[in-house]
Amino acid sequence: MFRIVERRMIVPNLHVLTVEAPDVVEGVRPGNFVILRPDEQGERIPLTVADWDARAGTVTSVFMQVGASTTKLARLKAGDHIPDYAGPLGNPTEIAPFGTVLLIGGCYGIACIYPIARALRDAGNRVIALIEARSSYLLFWEEHLNRVVDRTIVITRDGSRGHKGHVTRLAEILEKEDVRPDRVIAYGCTYQMFEVARQTEPLGITTIVSMNPIMIDGTGMCGVCRLSVGGETKFACVDGPEFDAHEVDWEEFFTRRESYKPEEVEPLRRSGCGSGACGRH
Amino acid sequence: MPKQEPFERVRNFDEVALGYPAEAAREEAARCLDCKKPGCRGGCPVGIDIPGFIRHIVEGDFAAGIRTIKQTNALPAVCGRVCPQEEQCEAGCILGKKGDTIAIGRLERFLADWEARQGPIEPPPAAAAIGMSVAIVGSGPAGITVAADLALRGYRITMFEALHEAGGVLTYGIPEFRLPKSIVRREVEYVQSLGVELRLDYIVGKTRTIDRLLESFDAVFVGAGAGLPWFLDIPGENLNGVYSANEFLTRCNLMRGYRFPAYDTPLKRAARVAVFGGGNVAMDSARTSLRLGAEEVHIVYRRGREELPARLEEVENAEEEGVIFDYLTLPVRLIGDQHGWLHELECLRMELGEPDDSGRRRPVPVEGSEFRLRMDASICAIGNSPNPLIPMTTPGLETGRRGNIVVADESTGLTSRERVWAGGDVVTGAATVISAMGAGRAAAQSIHQTLTGEPPHEPD
Repeated sequence: MFRIVERRMIVPNLHVLTVEAPDVVEGVRPGNFVILRPDEQGERIPLTVADWDARAGTVTSVFMQVGASTTKLARLKAGDHIPDYAGPLGNPTEIAPFGTVLLIGGCYGIACIYPIARALRDAGNRVIALIEARSSYLLFWEEHLNRVVDRTIVITRDGSRGHKGHVTRLAEILEKEDVRPDRVIAYGCTYQMFEVARQTEPLGITTIVSMNPIMIDGTGMCGVCRLSVGGETKFACVDGPEFDAHEVDWEEFFTRRESYKPEEVEPLRRSGCGSGACGRH
Repeated sequence: MPKQEPFERVRNFDEVALGYPAEAAREEAARCLDCKKPGCRGGCPVGIDIPGFIRHIVEGDFAAGIRTIKQTNALPAVCGRVCPQEEQCEAGCILGKKGDTIAIGRLERFLADWEARQGPIEPPPAAAAIGMSVAIVGSGPAGITVAADLALRGYRITMFEALHEAGGVLTYGIPEFRLPKSIVRREVEYVQSLGVELRLDYIVGKTRTIDRLLESFDAVFVGAGAGLPWFLDIPGENLNGVYSANEFLTRCNLMRGYRFPAYDTPLKRAARVAVFGGGNVAMDSARTSLRLGAEEVHIVYRRGREELPARLEEVENAEEEGVIFDYLTLPVRLIGDQHGWLHELECLRMELGEPDDSGRRRPVPVEGSEFRLRMDASICAIGNSPNPLIPMTTPGLETGRRGNIVVADESTGLTSRERVWAGGDVVTGAATVISAMGAGRAAAQSIHQTLTGEPPHEPD
């Protein structure tokens, strides 16, 4: 059993979850994910790590309440226990001196880019964060990010903070802000990552996205997380989850990701990302 | 042995074979000739004293019978159900010459089930600790065997399992109707009662590397199984509705998807299902699909019935339940609808040519024989290779062409790395439960010999 140290809603539908998992914390790196179950009937939920404390033996993630299992998770509180918490899984983010790196985070991705920013800065990069939400009240962890990045750019759909709009305006915003990244790394919902890929491809900027397919075991055993990258089938759990955004077959990915949508959301009568940041509904 | 009627059992996930009542078991056991040179025993990869336990059944001393089995087999309830006895112990039975061998597997199962009904299983007296520790990677049949053998010799054993439930393929792969999960749990609890510590959710290769384990254990045994699914590598395999058998069976067995929404993990209930392959996993996938309510389930196999690698018993069960066998049929393309879901399957007819390396006649496509089958789901059950996580993170660990861990000598299971042994499917590729247990038995022996310098001997 794994003890929950903190479970708190940080913005509507997004929760921060910190769990005591000393075995997981030893090997954890930015870009890794963990798999947990909220109870004995629960699904195996993959979550990207957002932070960790080696001394306390705790790992933190941010999750979106969207299906039956994440709803159970959202009801837990500090001191409760969950039966399973396994990791670290997936390959970590490549950390090297790239020059200027733009980290794009939307939704739960805002939390995921925090440890990546920290590691990239420590590797001598100029790190710029670009975070996006539907409205200013859905932004979080800006102060965390500001501690580890050189600059933060904000986009809101309603213009209540920063640039008004969506990452569909990315190229234009980068020009306005005079940012010329050598590398872009995006964490967020599929639609956002797809848009980022579309925007950066004509600019010729290497773009890495963290793919978020359906997963079960997360160790390469079932193959449900397969996607086509550069014409080859890859398993996101063991070959990724980060891939070259310009090589991903996005259409196939969208289709596969939605294959269990009715079963996932029907019981809860919910749809989409919940925060509206994805702009898909 | 009584079975659930086909029309009844395709509507439930309860065990198909119901087991012998005590009288029937004694009657069956009484047919044993108690040969001077028993052919059965040599056919058992873990060398169970088969005439010995049968004799105890005849005498009605079931407790002594199960003790006899457990001297060399930690998993009798499992082996009695899923071992291919017809190729092993029963193949050596002298009565087979008259066409009616002793049903050794069913008798083994009878004793294990009898013991379970007697209440909690009493562990044997704890062995004196010998001050050495062994890490077991994977809690499937190979790992469980090594763990039990070495725990009985006084080793401190920690068994690491990547998933949230122990048992490996017994838990995620073999369906409830063939091997109830309560039985797997009971067998795992027995091994734990020997003092084995079980660590779930612990992915060796990720949570810790083998090298890190070697810092705190005297030896490591890798029994991580063959978990990487193969696909056919034909167009359309990333369509929705196209599954690996691993995904389909894991959703159903490990995640209890057949009980969705009581359990959160969903499982699609397709009306028309094609299963590719002809082994036990293909039979399991087809029969699971029927139980989930499919109207029509096809096994699409490129060779003929004679060549099916599945156990005859499982093939017959599938036939009785109404699975349609498309022999000499090769899937060549999966065709989707406009929403990205599997809609049709394109196949070629095959004919059998000359025998290949495996001795089976090689199937050759018949030119121009393309035809299509309307399908909502396909399940690829053509095999697995070992998961690369451990080889990738263990420098110096030699692997073979299919990613299998290479052992210098199958009678020891020692790998190219000092203090690291391996056995089961991770070495051989997907094989049987009992062969994995045989490899575990050999590795336990070799680990014990290497660590203590003692000559080989059987544990008491």
